[in-house]
Amino acid sequence: MPNKDFNTPWSDVPSLLWPAYVETWTMVGIVMAFVVAIGTPLGVLLHNTSSFGLFPRGPVFSALNAVINVGRSLPFLILMAAIIPFTRLLVGTTIGIAAAIVPMTVAGVPFFARLVQNALREVRGDVQDMAQVSGGSTLQVIRSVQLSEALPALAGALTVNTIAMIEYSAIAGSIGAGGIGNLAITYGYNRFDDHIMVATVVTLIVTIAAVQLLGDRCAKELTR
Amino acid sequence: MIEIEGLTKRFGDHTVLDDVSLTVAPGEILAVVGPSGAGKSTLSRCVSALEQPTRGQVRVDGQDFSRLDGAALRSARRRVGVIFQSAPLLRRRTAAQNVALPLEYLHATPESARERVSTLLERVGLAERADYLPAQLSGGQQQRVGIARALALAPSNLLADEATSGLDPATTTSILHLLDELRTEMGLSIILITHEMDVVREIADSVARLDAGRIAEYGSVSDLLLDPTSSLGHQLLPDRPAVPATTAGETWQVSYASREVAGDWLTAITSAPGAAGTRIEVLSASIEAIRGVAVGRAVLAFEGAAPRGLAEHLRERGLHARPVAATVEKDAA
Repeated sequence: MPNKDFNTPWSDVPSLLWPAYVETWTMVGIVMAFVVAIGTPLGVLLHNTSSFGLFPRGPVFSALNAVINVGRSLPFLILMAAIIPFTRLLVGTTIGIAAAIVPMTVAGVPFFARLVQNALREVRGDVQDMAQVSGGSTLQVIRSVQLSEALPALAGALTVNTIAMIEYSAIAGSIGAGGIGNLAITYGYNRFDDHIMVATVVTLIVTIAAVQLLGDRCAKELTR
Repeated sequence: MIEIEGLTKRFGDHTVLDDVSLTVAPGEILAVVGPSGAGKSTLSRCVSALEQPTRGQVRVDGQDFSRLDGAALRSARRRVGVIFQSAPLLRRRTAAQNVALPLEYLHATPESARERVSTLLERVGLAERADYLPAQLSGGQQQRVGIARALALAPSNLLADEATSGLDPATTTSILHLLDELRTEMGLSIILITHEMDVVREIADSVARLDAGRIAEYGSVSDLLLDPTSSLGHQLLPDRPAVPATTAGETWQVSYASREVAGDWLTAITSAPGAAGTRIEVLSASIEAIRGVAVGRAVLAFEGAAPRGLAEHLRERGLHARPVAATVEKDAA
């Protein structure tokens, strides 16, 4: 059985898997911090410049909307390749974790902004009116009504976005960013290592199921 | 005190409100009625300063509301408490936290806010529901929370936009009584936007009917009730179903046109000059007090022709009488 020779012994799998897993979460964690920090205000702006918002501005909305659509229309692999010069400019390298974080953030921010916009649009319009006639300023209404009322939906958006970023990190891993994806490609695919392949697939399935479960739990808790 | 003067609102080419003028004095309740699409909600949004008028003014306690923005607009908005249809409450906040919202926006200290909120919840009868979430309250209780919130900043004016639509009749009555009491206690000027005539009959002092953006009729409820030509008066006190007449002849409708009608008016009709010997059938009759004013109506059938001079005779007694379409053309044979 010549195939067997390619496989890492099961006993060695965890020691390979664990550092890769930590790398994946490092990437996803840093990217999500940027995504939430940039995507939330962007989504708030997108919603409030739309006709449903607190300060409708047609042209601003159209421009933002177009930028976000462009960001969302490229498949991640293409986006990653397309912005290599930008990545190099920003972090000085095009391989490794730092280099993966740039395209992941560029892909994640418009995605999250759209999810935030959708979540805010679900907030009842008359609640917004009520807050305004109660003397709330724009910022007060955004905070105490829009974001607060949409919190369960925002928890859902965060879950979806995190899962997408785990997926993107695996794609980024395929071009040398490290993490689970890198492990799966270099060992599992290039070296026909079935054990590593099975281990990474199972790890990803379990991770994503856990993230979803946690997200659902949070959303339910926040609904009260 | 709310004074609306020459209020016109256009959306593009579409004129939604056309030269609307209304005044609500302190302690007065003005009802605005009209079919859907007549401009009631736009009027409401102009009064709560959610929309700016195209032309005209909305003055609240003497200050023109319609040209403000920013902080001035926010502080102006605080002078009109607004009660919305189906009480929009924040789902994730308790009743008390919902009532506290306008106080939070004003950066009131937590202690003063807590005190104010408990006073208000007590006043609307929800003291023991303070820590309930909106989903745990009935529709009527939610609306009470909405009223408490509208009163949080002690406004001198209240705007109730379809506040009782969707509530059952008993709850509607209790909410209206609460508004009535509050108006007396606090001297509030209240504008009630509604499509329910029962609401008008129950608590309004004056009423305006909007039709296609214009004021079609406007006056005090009692004046309109006693005006036989008023269509609002007629809607406030619709005709009762009448029994068919058994004899051929003229049918007349008699209604109150004055506050001084003697209690024996119905029997007095038989003493009208020339009425002696004429058979008079009462086909329907009603007397009721609306907002403290007695209003009566009757439909009478005269065998043959009504006595000449009947209308004049009744006018002297504060009644309006007019022949109605002969209802007895039917099988007279």
